[in-house]
Amino acid sequence: MNFDDTPQEAAFRETARKWVEANAPKELEAELSKSSLGRIRLAKHDIVDVGKAWQRKKFEGNWACLHWPKEYGGRGATPIERVIWQQEEGVYGKLTQPFQIGEGMCGPTVMAWGSEDAKRRYLPKLASGEEIWCQLFSEPSAGSDVAGLRTRAEKKGDNWIVNGQKIWTSGAHYSDYGLLIARTDPNVPKHKGLTMFFLDMKSPGVEVRPIKQANGMQEFNEVYFTDVVIPDSQRLGAVGEGWSVSLTTLMNERMSIGARLATGVPELFEFCSNLMLEDGLAIDDPSVRSKLASWAVKSSGLKYTSYRAISALSKGERPGPENSIGKLVSGMMLQDIATYAMDLQGAAGVLTGTDEETVQGQFQQMLLSSPSMRIAGGTDEILRNIIAERVLGLPGDIRVDKDVPYNKIPTKGR
Amino acid sequence: MNFDFSDDQKQLRDQARKFLSEECSPKAVRVVLDGKAPYDSDLWKGLAEMGFLGVAIPEEFGGAGAGHLELCVIAEEMGRANAPVPFSSTVYLAAEALLIAGSDAQKKKWLPAIASGEAIGTLALFEGKGNPSPKNIKLAASNGVLNGVKKPVADGAIANFAVVAARTGASGRDGDISLFLVDLKAAGVEVKSLTNLDPTRGQAEITFKDCKAEPLGAVGEGWSILTQVLDRAAVLCAFEQVGGADRALEMGRDYALDRIAFGRQIGSFQAVKHMLADMYVSATLARSNSYYGAWALSTNAAELPEAAAAARISATQAFQHCAKNNIQVHGGMGFTWEFDCHMYYRRANAMALGLGSLSYWEDQLIDRMRKKNAA
Repeated sequence: MNFDDTPQEAAFRETARKWVEANAPKELEAELSKSSLGRIRLAKHDIVDVGKAWQRKKFEGNWACLHWPKEYGGRGATPIERVIWQQEEGVYGKLTQPFQIGEGMCGPTVMAWGSEDAKRRYLPKLASGEEIWCQLFSEPSAGSDVAGLRTRAEKKGDNWIVNGQKIWTSGAHYSDYGLLIARTDPNVPKHKGLTMFFLDMKSPGVEVRPIKQANGMQEFNEVYFTDVVIPDSQRLGAVGEGWSVSLTTLMNERMSIGARLATGVPELFEFCSNLMLEDGLAIDDPSVRSKLASWAVKSSGLKYTSYRAISALSKGERPGPENSIGKLVSGMMLQDIATYAMDLQGAAGVLTGTDEETVQGQFQQMLLSSPSMRIAGGTDEILRNIIAERVLGLPGDIRVDKDVPYNKIPTKGR
Repeated sequence: MNFDFSDDQKQLRDQARKFLSEECSPKAVRVVLDGKAPYDSDLWKGLAEMGFLGVAIPEEFGGAGAGHLELCVIAEEMGRANAPVPFSSTVYLAAEALLIAGSDAQKKKWLPAIASGEAIGTLALFEGKGNPSPKNIKLAASNGVLNGVKKPVADGAIANFAVVAARTGASGRDGDISLFLVDLKAAGVEVKSLTNLDPTRGQAEITFKDCKAEPLGAVGEGWSILTQVLDRAAVLCAFEQVGGADRALEMGRDYALDRIAFGRQIGSFQAVKHMLADMYVSATLARSNSYYGAWALSTNAAELPEAAAAARISATQAFQHCAKNNIQVHGGMGFTWEFDCHMYYRRANAMALGLGSLSYWEDQLIDRMRKKNAA
């Protein structure tokens, strides 16, 4: 049991470290290092602009999408080398946010199901950051039950005509391409009538509308499709095979281990170390210490769980559904910690301050943002189902719509 | 990075699991539970023969000289099997105290006897209600003569010797505390069994009346040694707790697959699935924290105090959580004496107190984290 690199890993780390040292945009380091609980805000720069510049540089240095094959813009790196790269990229990894859905989900799907021409045309430009991709899966009436989606694609000659609406699409407003799953046959059960496509987001009939969120920010979009034309050459997988194709995408989403999720523990520890209560510092209060300790061990437990996953990767094992616990635990913690930190402030806890980065406003912003952590990318409930079914081997729920043709599933008129 | 046990250590785990599944069935545990024996002496002999009692004891003192990672692996299996033997008292507390502070003669006398299964040892620390603290130690030692009462002492009624924490000063500092080794057959020792939550592990009251004892470690060093012993034992107990939590989770999962209600397996109901998923989450976090504790213990790292407290808290919570919800998954059957659920429920809640309560370790963790942040 040790935390040491193998000689090959150490050599790889050294190469990566030197490259980052020589090439990273150091002028952004201080700003990126600030705790932002997963949200990046740069005072003078647009994240897409500086992100593209960093991605381009990485691509030229052969560090972009490094686990992809060389012919598609990658480096042919092993999974453990990818983790080592992420560790060495450090805070600059935050700049890759606009490309994460492309790299983590759309790219691997194109790689698994696209034609050779498509792979050579699209993947290197995705890797270099020249073209940004988004993922068009969720719909207003198809969230956790994504296979219940309604967006229609109808064949007309060599093209498909798409009508419908997607929602929760991160980055749609700056994306060049989108990975789209649509219903091509409503007369068969829901999982069987789906087909996967990709499309140019600038196509006529595509309309992107930002969503104002409960926390006041705008990070997601609605995307409307009105008679959008997609050539059949942009279909991924067979007609009716969209569900299997989507599983490639979603499996890749869960593969992104080593990515450490914010828990709020360091922020709370710091806050309690400085907060003066009636009888002294908050951190000297037994009830505060008890709560803090319970959260601290959850946070360290997640950290060492990811170390165990990295060790498994290092031995060539593939990570599995057990990695679902990261988001499940950290999402709930963020919300609970925010509530508690505000409670410690008494009536003044209601004030949000003017600057999110001041201690005053930090937990209030965390409170308002944390519900999305428990929903996006698989709700807490879906993650528990994954753990129960795929780790513990419990039976799936009884699905009343499983064998019913899609257009016969009751909708209550909505 | 290889944050995992080695293949040899995993093989040792398989060996221990196989041995315990044969020699420590729930039926065997129930002999002690029902009060028909104070502990499973056949199992104790078997553990000695397998080399498990002395796995972390150096060869020169009759052990296998393997190490603490190997001991962690065995501890997990002892917890899984809910073994009714004085393993933690003898191996994690008494033997570790001897390894840290014993003179050559003391080690030669007791360690081989522990490894061979001839001697059962324990730590006599507590004096009634309260957590580990120099303030709570009143038992007086003067000129090597002890006077006072210790309770509860785990496995005190079956132990051959005890490491006794005693007061040798009145300055109000940690240096007031010293440790002594006492042969419990000696004159001036009176042992009384006490009833307790988990009858598979005995508790006792030990009265020392003008009892002669030899010091273990230097006078005034007792608290410092005890702190180290408790940290080591916290990691080792955490592995027992992780083993117990995993077993309780498995029992719940198996029952949810087996039991039919409303025309379907109860494991297909989300209310039950989600409860089991949450048990898996807490057991996983506890395991990962315990692995870090094992690394710190086996390398004697500066991180041990913090790692031990985190492992202790996480594993205590996980075992309590899994044992409690295992009964819930079982429904009414889980509340019967006949089903084994209550044995893990009892063990989980008794273990949560043995080295000091959860709130004590939470307090310790925060102190240790602050110390690290300040450094």
